[in-house]
Amino acid sequence: MMLDIRNVHKSFDGKEILKGIDLQVNKGDVVAILGPSGSGKTTFLRCLNFLETADKGVMTFDGDEIDLAEASKTQIAAVRKKTAFVFQNYNLFLNKTVLQNVTLGLTLARKFPKDQARDIAVKALERVGMADRLDAYPGQLSGGQQQRVAIARGLAQSPEIIYFDEPTSALDPELIGEVLSVMRQLAEEGMTMLVVTHEMDFARNVSSKVLFMEGGYVIESGTSKEFFEHPKEARSREFIRTILEGRQ
Amino acid sequence: MAPQTTWQILVAAFPRLLSYGIRVTIPLAFLSFALGLVIAVIVAMIQYADVKGLRQLCRFYIWLIRGTPLLVQLYVVFYGLPSVGIMIDAFPAAVFVFAFNEGAYMAETMRGALESVSRGQMEAGYCVGLSYLQIMFHIVLPQAFRTAFPALSNSLISVVKGTSLAATITVMEMFRQAQVINGVYYRSLGLYAETAVIYLAFCTVITWLQHKGEKRLSAYGGNR
Ligand SMILES: Nc1ncnc2c1ncn2[C@@H]1O[C@H](COP(=O)(O)OP(=O)(O)OP(=O)(O)O)[C@@H](O)[C@H]1O
Ligand SMILES: [Mg+2]
Repeated sequence: MMLDIRNVHKSFDGKEILKGIDLQVNKGDVVAILGPSGSGKTTFLRCLNFLETADKGVMTFDGDEIDLAEASKTQIAAVRKKTAFVFQNYNLFLNKTVLQNVTLGLTLARKFPKDQARDIAVKALERVGMADRLDAYPGQLSGGQQQRVAIARGLAQSPEIIYFDEPTSALDPELIGEVLSVMRQLAEEGMTMLVVTHEMDFARNVSSKVLFMEGGYVIESGTSKEFFEHPKEARSREFIRTILEGRQ
Repeated sequence: MAPQTTWQILVAAFPRLLSYGIRVTIPLAFLSFALGLVIAVIVAMIQYADVKGLRQLCRFYIWLIRGTPLLVQLYVVFYGLPSVGIMIDAFPAAVFVFAFNEGAYMAETMRGALESVSRGQMEAGYCVGLSYLQIMFHIVLPQAFRTAFPALSNSLISVVKGTSLAATITVMEMFRQAQVINGVYYRSLGLYAETAVIYLAFCTVITWLQHKGEKRLSAYGGNR
């Protein structure tokens, strides 16, 4: 097992948002994290990359056990080196070109030589179909293009796993498809991914596993086939039904 | 000395005034501004990073400077401090006071500009392995400078004009020179208006540079 997460707790202002989340991820898994708004999905993902510090919880990543509440700087750096994070609102560096957005971490943090960083970046941008806009600034791109650059920025780190937090939620409907198809392609290439999403088609057809959260608990987890075809919990059935109804 | 018309006096005074303007006023202003900007960036970064203890010190500095007149600050430093054994020459005293004075205002400008850069970019920076300072210097500060650029240009203009106060602590800058010439020829209106025109010319050049700078900075498009 690549990633084993146990008993993650997190409170904000005395209110417990995560009440003991478990998740096991194997290499090549695509896990869709589903749940109603406010159920703690974003918080959970952020705890895994130390953008929030969990109050409690243990993560075993490639055999290394890390206390999520008391990780050292070196441990945090090591985890971040093996992971990439794609945000809902892209968070591209607005003063940097597309190419610089992708190379910055490589040259500054990983000390790659400039031309090698450039090669890696161009390859990553090719994978998301953005290699023809190397010199554009984020402000000159559509949301879908920005999100694809953000994915390339993550890919360039050669991560073992990519976390996506609602990568298409900020996009106009006509731009969602281009980002989802990049993600689908990554999934087919065997990339391990954790995806918080409201895109049920993606969860159903692309992801291999589902983690359904509500109120800070895991209500149900399993293969996505099981989850969508034979949901065990009443809450899961209700959730699937409301989502499908909301779409018609 | 042959009687001279006002016009002749003004024409004769012009190169002298301009020379003091270029040799003293401008260096005094730019030196003060540059030092003030360094102070402002440090003070703004301390507040942005919320460094305990130091943050209170920064607030105190800003409160003190903004709540007291520039002229009084000059007097305290130049005429007051010698009584406790701290003697500073007029020119460095002026630089010191102008820098700390404008620095307080620019610190507030920079603080606002830093806050305007989305925190998400900092998180994205962490996720690709950058350190806090790398993120500050490569991502946050460049954007903050861009946002602050018009306000900082205003500060520069304000410092250029403010240097005339240095005349009161014996710095032989352009305005003091105008006073000296006026002491000989008694052409207050003409000489001081002439001096005003030179200040106006300096500030016009700065404004022109500001517009050119803003055009260049806008190259990377709006923040979406
Ligand atoms: N930094 C914070 N400070 C205080 N409360 C927070 C913070 N971040 C999240 N919360 C609260 O935690 C709860 C869960 O938030 P979270 O963003 O994790 O939910 P989510 O499942 O991602 O929801 P959505 O689908 O709307 O994105 C919410 O009630 C939110 O208000
Ligand atoms: Mg969320």
